[in-house]
Amino acid sequence: MDQKNKNSKKPSYSRFSQQELSAWKPILTPGWVIASFLTIGALFIPVGLVALSASDAVVEIVDRYDEECIPDAYSMDPESFIQNPDIKKTCVRSLRVPKKMVAPIFVYYQLENFYQNHRRFVKSRSDKQLRDPEANNDTYHCFPEARTSDGKPIVPCGLIAWSLFNDTYKLSTRGKPLTINKKGIAWKSDTEVKFGSNVYPKDFQKGGLIGGAKLDEKVPLSEQEDLIVWMRTAALPNFRKLYGKIDTDLEAHETIKAEVENNYNTYKFGGRKKLVLSTTTWIGGKNDFLGVAYITVGGLCLFMAINFILLYVFRPRRLGDPSYLSWNRLPVA
Amino acid sequence: MARGRIRARLRRSSLYTFGCLRPPRESIDEPHQFQGPGFSRNICCNQPGFHQKKPLKYCSNYISTTKYNVITFLPKALFEQFRRVANLYFLLAAALSLTPVSPFSPISMIAPLVFVIGLSMAKEALENWHRFMQDMKVNMRKVIVHSGDGVFVRKPWMKVQVGDVVKVEKDHFFPADLLFLSSSYEDGICYVETMNLDGETNLKVKRSLEVTLPLDDDAAFKDFKATIKCEDPNPNLYTFVGNFEYERQMYPLDPSQILLRDSKLRNTAHVYGVVIFSGHDSKVMQNATKSPSKRSTIEKQMDKIIYVLFTLLVLISLISSIGFAIKTGYQMPDWWYMPQDAKNLYNPSRPFLSGCIHLITALILYGYLIPISLYVSIELVKVLQALFINQDIHMYDEETGTPAQARTSNLNEELGMVDTILSDKTGTLTCNQMDFLKCSIAGIAYGMRSSEVELAAASQMAMDLEGHDQKFSRTGAPHGSEIELEVVPTPKTGSSHNRIKGFSFEDSRLMNGNWSREPNADIILLFFRILALCHTAVPELNEETGVFTYEAESPDEGAFLVAAREFGFEYCKRTQSSIFVRERHPSSHEPVEREFKLLNLLDFTSKRKRMSVIVKDETGQILLLCKGADSIIFDRLSKNGRSFEEATVKHLNEYGEAGLRTLAFAYRKLEVSEYSAWNDEFAKAKTSIGGDRDTMLERLSDVIERDLILIGATAVEDKLQQGVPQCIDKLAQAGLKIWVLTGDKMETAINIGFACSLLRQGMKQICITTNGDMLNHDSNTVVKENILMQITNASQMVKLEKDPHAAFALIIDGKTLTYALADDLKHQFLNLAVDCASVICCRVSPKQKALVTRLVKEGTGKTTLAIGDGANDVGMIQEADIGVGISGVEGMQAVMASDFAIAQFRFLERLLVVHGHWCYKRIAQMICYFFYKNIAFGLTLFYFEAFTGFSGQSVYDDWYMLLFNVVLTSLPVISLGVFEQDVSSEICLQFPALYQQGPRNLFFDWYRIIGWMGNGLYCSLIVFFLNIIIFYDQAFRANGQTADMAVVGTAMFTCVIYSVNCQIALTMSHFTWIQHFLIGFSIGAWYVFLILYGMFSPKISKNVYKIFIEALSPAPIYWLSILLVAVACNLPYLAHISFQRSFHPMDHHVIQEIKYYKKDVEDRHMWRREKSKARQETKIGFSARVDAKIRHLKLKLQRKSSVLSPRAVLYPTPT
Repeated sequence: MDQKNKNSKKPSYSRFSQQELSAWKPILTPGWVIASFLTIGALFIPVGLVALSASDAVVEIVDRYDEECIPDAYSMDPESFIQNPDIKKTCVRSLRVPKKMVAPIFVYYQLENFYQNHRRFVKSRSDKQLRDPEANNDTYHCFPEARTSDGKPIVPCGLIAWSLFNDTYKLSTRGKPLTINKKGIAWKSDTEVKFGSNVYPKDFQKGGLIGGAKLDEKVPLSEQEDLIVWMRTAALPNFRKLYGKIDTDLEAHETIKAEVENNYNTYKFGGRKKLVLSTTTWIGGKNDFLGVAYITVGGLCLFMAINFILLYVFRPRRLGDPSYLSWNRLPVA
Repeated sequence: MARGRIRARLRRSSLYTFGCLRPPRESIDEPHQFQGPGFSRNICCNQPGFHQKKPLKYCSNYISTTKYNVITFLPKALFEQFRRVANLYFLLAAALSLTPVSPFSPISMIAPLVFVIGLSMAKEALENWHRFMQDMKVNMRKVIVHSGDGVFVRKPWMKVQVGDVVKVEKDHFFPADLLFLSSSYEDGICYVETMNLDGETNLKVKRSLEVTLPLDDDAAFKDFKATIKCEDPNPNLYTFVGNFEYERQMYPLDPSQILLRDSKLRNTAHVYGVVIFSGHDSKVMQNATKSPSKRSTIEKQMDKIIYVLFTLLVLISLISSIGFAIKTGYQMPDWWYMPQDAKNLYNPSRPFLSGCIHLITALILYGYLIPISLYVSIELVKVLQALFINQDIHMYDEETGTPAQARTSNLNEELGMVDTILSDKTGTLTCNQMDFLKCSIAGIAYGMRSSEVELAAASQMAMDLEGHDQKFSRTGAPHGSEIELEVVPTPKTGSSHNRIKGFSFEDSRLMNGNWSREPNADIILLFFRILALCHTAVPELNEETGVFTYEAESPDEGAFLVAAREFGFEYCKRTQSSIFVRERHPSSHEPVEREFKLLNLLDFTSKRKRMSVIVKDETGQILLLCKGADSIIFDRLSKNGRSFEEATVKHLNEYGEAGLRTLAFAYRKLEVSEYSAWNDEFAKAKTSIGGDRDTMLERLSDVIERDLILIGATAVEDKLQQGVPQCIDKLAQAGLKIWVLTGDKMETAINIGFACSLLRQGMKQICITTNGDMLNHDSNTVVKENILMQITNASQMVKLEKDPHAAFALIIDGKTLTYALADDLKHQFLNLAVDCASVICCRVSPKQKALVTRLVKEGTGKTTLAIGDGANDVGMIQEADIGVGISGVEGMQAVMASDFAIAQFRFLERLLVVHGHWCYKRIAQMICYFFYKNIAFGLTLFYFEAFTGFSGQSVYDDWYMLLFNVVLTSLPVISLGVFEQDVSSEICLQFPALYQQGPRNLFFDWYRIIGWMGNGLYCSLIVFFLNIIIFYDQAFRANGQTADMAVVGTAMFTCVIYSVNCQIALTMSHFTWIQHFLIGFSIGAWYVFLILYGMFSPKISKNVYKIFIEALSPAPIYWLSILLVAVACNLPYLAHISFQRSFHPMDHHVIQEIKYYKKDVEDRHMWRREKSKARQETKIGFSARVDAKIRHLKLKLQRKSSVLSPRAVLYPTPT
């Protein structure tokens, strides 16, 4: 019985409890080091080249129009121009197509120095209200664009919706208008779930403050794709948002006439506005950086591999050479 | 186990001349005069009922060492948790997260905090529970208590009350502080072992008052009533003042009537006592100090890093606030899309105020720089490490059935950084069991067996010689015949005869009566008689086997009696005046029982260092038989008693070198007239009253113990615990310094020093002592100066020593230590001690042990480990950075105070060299990695915030951040902390030099920490900027959509997850399926989470709704950016470790490679050579001893060969 008691305290043997589980113990042998650097290099440089060529295939037209679309008379005071509702804001730009652009061609507007990612701004919305017709009153975070002066809830409330971009573009080439298809520019999940198909704008832009675009009160939010795109706040103060799609090809050297309704006030905060026409490839829009970064990292790896090869050639160390053990290196007293 | 009952009841007091003399009654009959505060305790003996209510209600005998109880747990444990600055910070952050200031939702702040605190508290609760169970084990011990009417019943200790009469049986602990009433001996004497209190192993005599002697059986307590008035509970073990009122008489009480809790009854069948102090009032509990909470060096350094990170946090928060204030003040008025509101949070008209409020936001936002889960992860890892320590089958002691036990888990990594070990001797290095091994009689040495030290050194020598042989043959130097190593008798392994405890003697010349054929048979006979007669032990017949066992005061004595028995001189009976020995002479078959009249007994004290009996044998011859320390005996030899002196001295030196305890034996024949004259005087002195009685007795015994005739010496092996020399050798090779602190006398300590190879022949011993006279007569300053001089001289000597192989040993005694530890001397002392290869402090008190420990700890600034088994080691164990208790022996004080408990000293090697080494590296790597990953993650938040006008917006979803530390990156790092092994445990043991990586702190120095932080900074930059540029403004998919904040955040977060998890894979060198699984799991869990979270309705998932399925996974650029970022992040680290391994390999790298290429199997010779070389330079341990011997021999050889042929000098033997 005594024996039994004693044994009960004895740790039971298992490879786990004795920390003797079989293990993979890789070590960085020169072979591994060189091989891994070479592999990364060999993998990254082609990927980089492919990405670069993909980016190269993208045709992009960027036109900054905020400055040019101010009549000379107002050039010293663009704000009074933009805030005056009585002045006609249309301005015509001509864009040259550098290379053949294959449909679909995406039309973007680009805003710069607009802090759509500011915490104050980001919070100022009510997702519930956008989704649910019963939740019109859910305007907690929307101040000061929560309610009209007589206390009725604004739908959609909040600063984001209120500051909706309201420049419009009309494109035409060789006298024929180019249709800009504004359907299907928003994410499906937004139109189907996040924005209710039975939620209609109410009292929008009727507060004391002047905001951006107005919304058609007869169209449900789920179909207001401009708003939906705008409500996806951008990560940086410079951002591009999808305006529409052109479903016809554009030939090289063609000239496109763009009639811009310059409504949106970027002059007050010193921002810029651009109209962008771009095709896409599998990596999206024009993005040389990805390819360059891949080639750089791949190049670095190759460089490192060469360096290590040279080092191993000129200062070889036999692996597992006991003479490198500290007790063999230190002079024995 | 059936033990024989005590045969003879005798008046033991007559055995003692002055050690235990009952002073004549009249001398101090006055009861103590005391009153007032400090002496208020009243005890009604045998009426415990009186103590159930006030004012006589004293605390119960229930003890509790727990920190919390059910009610106090919550507040107290919470308080403990929030004493950590980091936790307090997170609490504050969580509280603020309820306000609009917070950049996060409250749940993401509160949940991790609750998780972390909850886990820590669960651990506390568990530990508390263990402590409670341990208490209950003690509380439930049974003792026999008087329940009235003379009936005694068994009760658990916790039910014992003040005033109870208890009966304690032999070898049981006293349940409380008792007043000793009577014992199984007629004269009211009992023996107690106080090892648990003060570590002293010799038995102490307690005696009851004469008036209570008749209370010697159960029935006598039927009507027993008395009262005790005494002092209040106090921690002083050696004083007691009180009065005992019995039958209207007052009797004074003193410490010799008090039996203290946790001491043990020995050699006495039973005693009766009355409980005076119970439970926490008892002296031992009053002595118990709260064990200080210890923190490891790494954790202390970690605190500093936390402060650095806090500074960084405040700094970037300040930058952010200033940026915010500027943006708000100058730019925000122009941002028409953010109309001014009255809230101060974003008030452009008061940018300073907004900035100040923003500072709070920023402090919360960047809280990710401080890893909230670090503490809890470390705690978890340490608990798991501790489990592995507990589970280690190699540290399980079969004999006592105790596994190793990590009692606190927060010092695991400290085990890998130990620099100095301070060890107790008895019970730690030795088993406190003596084995009679050799003797020298009449100048002839007997005893064939060699001591463990000799055996260990011999085997080491044999191993080393193998290596040397090859070298010799290579250089062509002559070898073999010329090197004659000392012949060490090989042990007869598996010897047929049963081992007898205490007797390892093997020599056929003396055994089985053969001694009578030896040349000096008469002297041998006398020698055996001294063995059998000169002692104070009591024989005890084991009725089962018919063999006598002996209850002796010291284990040496026991060994002598066993030896005498085995030689055929069986001590069998003791009466008040006689000792009976059964002598078995070779001439007759039947043993003859001889009676020796015991005339006087001059007992052993540490001052006298000798013991004598004066006996009259059956022929009427009066003999004085004396045994004692050799130096003392040699001083007292008569002119014609020195015939064997030379040979004996030689043998004694050999024995000493072999680590044996020696005693010299001598005798003297006394004439009747001479004796009676002396005895008259002695008897008079014995009964005299007054202070000089002791001196008189001493002088008289000194007179008679002269003109002795030397007959021989004994060598007793103070049995080392199993494997101690080997363990010390390994520890020394691992570069550890070992100090021995012992309560024993200097000679014993030196013997053990030899036994453990801490000392060896040829080592210069520096003894720093003060002689008794000096202490008595000279003033403090003179003594101090003397000691200072000794220390400076010794230091000079050490400094001037040219020979690199010279080793010094410092030996100092407790009295001298008192001075050496004074503030003005301690640094000189320490400097000298550090220069010496080994340090032995003898006769040190428990307090001094603690002081020495503190001196080493604070003076050298290095990590100290104290190891001991007894209560006297508690101070030292608590003072040292790590306290290790030896468990398995009785008495738990040391273990209770310790941080780790092991059953045997030899397990220390594995504990330090394997577990310590592993844990140190694991924890160091783990913490570095933790800081890395939190910096890498936390700073991306900062960069992003700078792009949002410093508004405090975070790019990640709250849930991402919540899961980052808790799920997505925590498991691999925990597996690193628990399972990582740079080399296997065998290699740790074979290459003790690897241990030095810990004490040198190679893996947690600032260089490394800053490197890791830099790596984190680099990673954060790469992750952030690559992602930002890749997802900048253009479409990221073929469908033309541009990236919004949720897409950028999710992509960036994926990159962080990949980068840090790849990083940890690079950090690890040991992948079991667990690591593979956990790293894969972490990355997989992120996707699973992302998909599941995306499937919830947007009410919950908000912007993340379907982000992975709809937006990211079809975008090739997302996958490409992950690959790019993960590679770019880890590239510099990969290059760094490749470069380091290739061109500055550390020891473990090379060994890993050897193992990897299986070179150890291919080139066994190299492997063996490296194993033997992989040690720190050390001058202690038997390997060093063998080296010294080989050096010595080589020197001889070189001289010889240079004489033979001058050319030999051209081929110096390699060293």
